[in-house]
Amino acid sequence: MKFLCIPCDEVMGFAERQLPGDGTMAAVFTCPGCGHEMAMLTNPMETQLVSSLGVRVGGRTVPEQPMELTRMAVTDGREHAFAEPAAGNATSTADHGVAGPDAGTAPARVTWDDEARERLSRVPSFVRGMVKRIYADWAKDNGIAVITTELMDRARSELGLEGM
Amino acid sequence: MRKIRTYNEVAHETGSRILEQVLEQRGRLESRLSSIRAIVAVVSGKGGVGKSAITANLAAALATRGARVGALDADLNGPSLGRMLGVAGIALVDREDGVEPAAGVAGVRVMSMDLLQEDDAPLRWRGPDGDGFVWRGVAEAGVLREFLSDVAWRDLDYLLVDVPPGTDRISRLLDLVPQPHQTLLVTTPAEISRFVVAKSARMLRDAGVEGVGIVANMTAYMDPAAGTKPLFTADGALALARETGLELLAEVPFDPELGASTDRGRPFVLERPDSPAAHALETLADRIERGKGGRLSP
Repeated sequence: MKFLCIPCDEVMGFAERQLPGDGTMAAVFTCPGCGHEMAMLTNPMETQLVSSLGVRVGGRTVPEQPMELTRMAVTDGREHAFAEPAAGNATSTADHGVAGPDAGTAPARVTWDDEARERLSRVPSFVRGMVKRIYADWAKDNGIAVITTELMDRARSELGLEGM
Repeated sequence: MRKIRTYNEVAHETGSRILEQVLEQRGRLESRLSSIRAIVAVVSGKGGVGKSAITANLAAALATRGARVGALDADLNGPSLGRMLGVAGIALVDREDGVEPAAGVAGVRVMSMDLLQEDDAPLRWRGPDGDGFVWRGVAEAGVLREFLSDVAWRDLDYLLVDVPPGTDRISRLLDLVPQPHQTLLVTTPAEISRFVVAKSARMLRDAGVEGVGIVANMTAYMDPAAGTKPLFTADGALALARETGLELLAEVPFDPELGASTDRGRPFVLERPDSPAAHALETLADRIERGKGGRLSP
């Protein structure tokens, strides 16, 4: 889907996405020629159709997680369907903050304070591992060693984790 | 009338990055499948012909020969393969590089929707009420894509994909894996089965899929008291082979014990290796091993 500014004959570029929480979506596009803005508004069914493709309008703020669509789309997910890797056998940074090649200033280990841990425990287990990894990776990228609820709110806002 | 440039005349990317994300998904899928020697699709088009039991037993037969085997249950709405391979209730280990599949009998690596849902839960989707027909198929295709690309299958000799009934489900797999190394078209001697499975055969032919062979299931009844008896009066599987020119790879007799042992999560080829049905399944495993992509292929 492309939007063409007819007076300028220019393709409008994506500028912003908003998900108000009622199943609808607003995607704002801007003409690079005249600066005119327009919003594409989708109804819940149209929004669902796009998300069922496993894509995000405007691009992703975090890499697509393994089985993200399945976890986000399927209801009645079994409690404990997913288990975390055994300690010492993790390839995820979620528990251990394993330093990657870009982890020059990253903390060696990301931990969670009690409140953050409690909030995380309320996330359904079907998606908890995925959500935990996203927060932990964000913390590592930002040089944060201890995740608090305030930092979780900041991460949600920065990453645009609507629906997570 | 004024001239407005068409979609194809406008080359500039909008920045919505949808295409890039789809291409990234494709890339991830190709990368994951590149470590698999042969993908074997088990299809029919017809329900109730025993695809899942054939898949489970074939997986176990190949694994006991030392092959590294994965089994993917593509039947999202009626998953059964997990139970047949003894992994009911097993948690999947969640890793950054993919979800580790469950280890079933003989070390078969298994992925099934059954592992993700409560036992009595039907497959339902988060989404708006009504109009589900518009997006539900897209979501199912997306989940199948993730089962292929986001499961850490690792190095496999064979990935068996148990495809649910309906020619549309075969198309869905071919959208993701256009050319499986081998495709088993499972049918029974019943005329109605031949009628339905012929549609799948034509669809596979029209799609240019190579390496298709027929598996005739329930070809005879193994009566423990009275020996072998015919189960159907028709010879639909043979007729299908004649009509399509496809090779009949194996004829598997119906044995009540096969269903019972498979229900217990113990494939029949392991429980009763000397039975005629197990011999037929071993013959099928031979054919897979010697077929395209197989470990013994020329």
